[in-house]
Amino acid sequence: MDDFIAERRRQIAFDMLQHANLVFQCVLVATIVAIALAVLINRFKVLEPVANAVSAVGLTLPSFALVGLLLPLSGLGTTTAFLCVVFYAVLPVLRNAVVGLAGVDQTLLESARGMGMGPVGVLLKVQIPLAWPVILAGVRTSMQMSMGIAAIAAYVLGPGLGSYIWTGLVQTGGANALNYAVVGTVGIVIVALVADLLLLALGRLTISKGVRVA
Amino acid sequence: MTDQDTHTTPQPHDDARDDRDGRRISGVDIELRDVVKKYPGQKAPAVQSLSLTVPAGEVVMFIGPSGCGKTTSLKMINRLIEPTSGTITIGGEDVRGRDADELRRTIGYVIQGGSLFPHMTVADNIAVVPKLLKWSKQEIAARTEELLDLVGLDPARYRDRYPRELSGGQQQRVGVARGLAADPPVVLMDEPFGAVDPITRQRLQDEMLGIQRELGKTIVCVTHDIDEAIKLGDRILIFSEGAHIEQYDTPENILAAPANDFVADFVGAGSTLKQLSLSRVNELRMGEWTTARQGDDAADAVRRAEAARQDCVVVLDERGRPVAWPWLRTLRRQQRIDVPRRDELVTLDRRATLNDALDTMLSSSHAAAIVTGDKDEYLGVVDFESVTQHIRAQEAAAAEATEAGGATEAGEAAGTGEARP
Repeated sequence: MDDFIAERRRQIAFDMLQHANLVFQCVLVATIVAIALAVLINRFKVLEPVANAVSAVGLTLPSFALVGLLLPLSGLGTTTAFLCVVFYAVLPVLRNAVVGLAGVDQTLLESARGMGMGPVGVLLKVQIPLAWPVILAGVRTSMQMSMGIAAIAAYVLGPGLGSYIWTGLVQTGGANALNYAVVGTVGIVIVALVADLLLLALGRLTISKGVRVA
Repeated sequence: MTDQDTHTTPQPHDDARDDRDGRRISGVDIELRDVVKKYPGQKAPAVQSLSLTVPAGEVVMFIGPSGCGKTTSLKMINRLIEPTSGTITIGGEDVRGRDADELRRTIGYVIQGGSLFPHMTVADNIAVVPKLLKWSKQEIAARTEELLDLVGLDPARYRDRYPRELSGGQQQRVGVARGLAADPPVVLMDEPFGAVDPITRQRLQDEMLGIQRELGKTIVCVTHDIDEAIKLGDRILIFSEGAHIEQYDTPENILAAPANDFVADFVGAGSTLKQLSLSRVNELRMGEWTTARQGDDAADAVRRAEAARQDCVVVLDERGRPVAWPWLRTLRRQQRIDVPRRDELVTLDRRATLNDALDTMLSSSHAAAIVTGDKDEYLGVVDFESVTQHIRAQEAAAAEATEAGGATEAGEAAGTGEARP
């Protein structure tokens, strides 16, 4: 095991970074998309059941199946992996964002309007900041989930640590099969923990002291 | 703004509120003409043909049973609710002639509990409207300081706190400061003191009266508490279902001559007692009392008190603020007056109501109360005698005024559904 890692140190470090990079980018895009959708849903309440149905069905869809479905459309490579991860990453953020935005006290919104804030101002200065702790909790869930999904997306030659796990599976019984699988899995866990810590730090920085819990 | 003077002609029965004339007025008139609000799918309109004038610089209290359309009427003034028909003008300018957001930045808005944004500091909350108006940082900082002082919160201590670190009363104070931030001529308040305990509410009301005396804004305030309406209002507007005006008059006249049974029921029993909250301590004849400073010759103070047939002396500090109210037997034991500051010494602000005054006297061992003015400076002493004298004089005056035709005027106003002061 030690030799296995020592020989591939640079490669493993690179793949961990790639994995993290893919997930960060996906979650970032997913967060923006999810908040935008949640704002729409918040404005047009009729969309809420639709959104709920889509996220429920979306989460039952096996990620491996989605990879298969996307393959003919976007081919082998990073694009397919990216789309697949984004799709799943949107769901938890969307759910929390819808709940978070709806949970903002209506009288606060009306008082903001009453003071002459425009609709965009109310959204950016009042509604989203107040919903932010809930949204950020969704982002954390999404980040954890995406770590695993990114590994599966490596099946279509996506970047990151997933390829180690696949190699391990393909070479079952081979000399390094277990090493590949372990390095892939542990690597992902480490990346995930670091990412979660970073998100916690982000929460410290971006959640107002006035609404932070403890 | 030009026709301000034509609408502020004093009412015949306005004489109880003598500080009206010569007072600074920074508010402007609000006029509603045939304002109707009909919600789709509802048979009866929420507001049917409301016409009224709120004169510049006055506090008008909207009151009525729940669902009578008082809040709807209030929110139509700053276009949070758009009227179905009719016109509303502020300072002669049609509110529909302006962008709704810009309009609202020129109208103060204070709602229940202060409704502060929990994620913003006190200073940021107050700065909301000035920021929207693109004031400079220095201007905003200076204004925040000024406003916190005005509402009695130490800027250095409270500026950077978050709303959840404040008590309910403090939050409400910040809410008022926020409403006044951009110095709007008109302020709308929706049950501003509904969410605080009775004692805090009383203090907030007193403070608001003090602020209003200084600023002279035009204030429209919705309340469900008739006592609050009587205490704060220059005029009270009593609504029934559909925002129909039952009576629009001064508190004195509404108490003395309710326009109809609805108003009488609404005002409720004990209207003489309610009148107690109409008068202020500074309207009373204040008794002279022997005063002395800390460190004065004790024997001399005792002599003066005895000459005036009094058994205690009000001791003031170097800035003229009352410190203690010791009996003579305490002072006889001293060479130089040296009494500890008594934190529990309850004093009355000169703006306090007679209600509060009686309350204070009843709980004081002197059966009287010390009155203080601005900066807590000593003004005099009031006792039960001065209260009863004042009430007798007032009753006599009210009886004369009512006979002189107050009732007929009020009747007309209610009959036409139109109220022009």
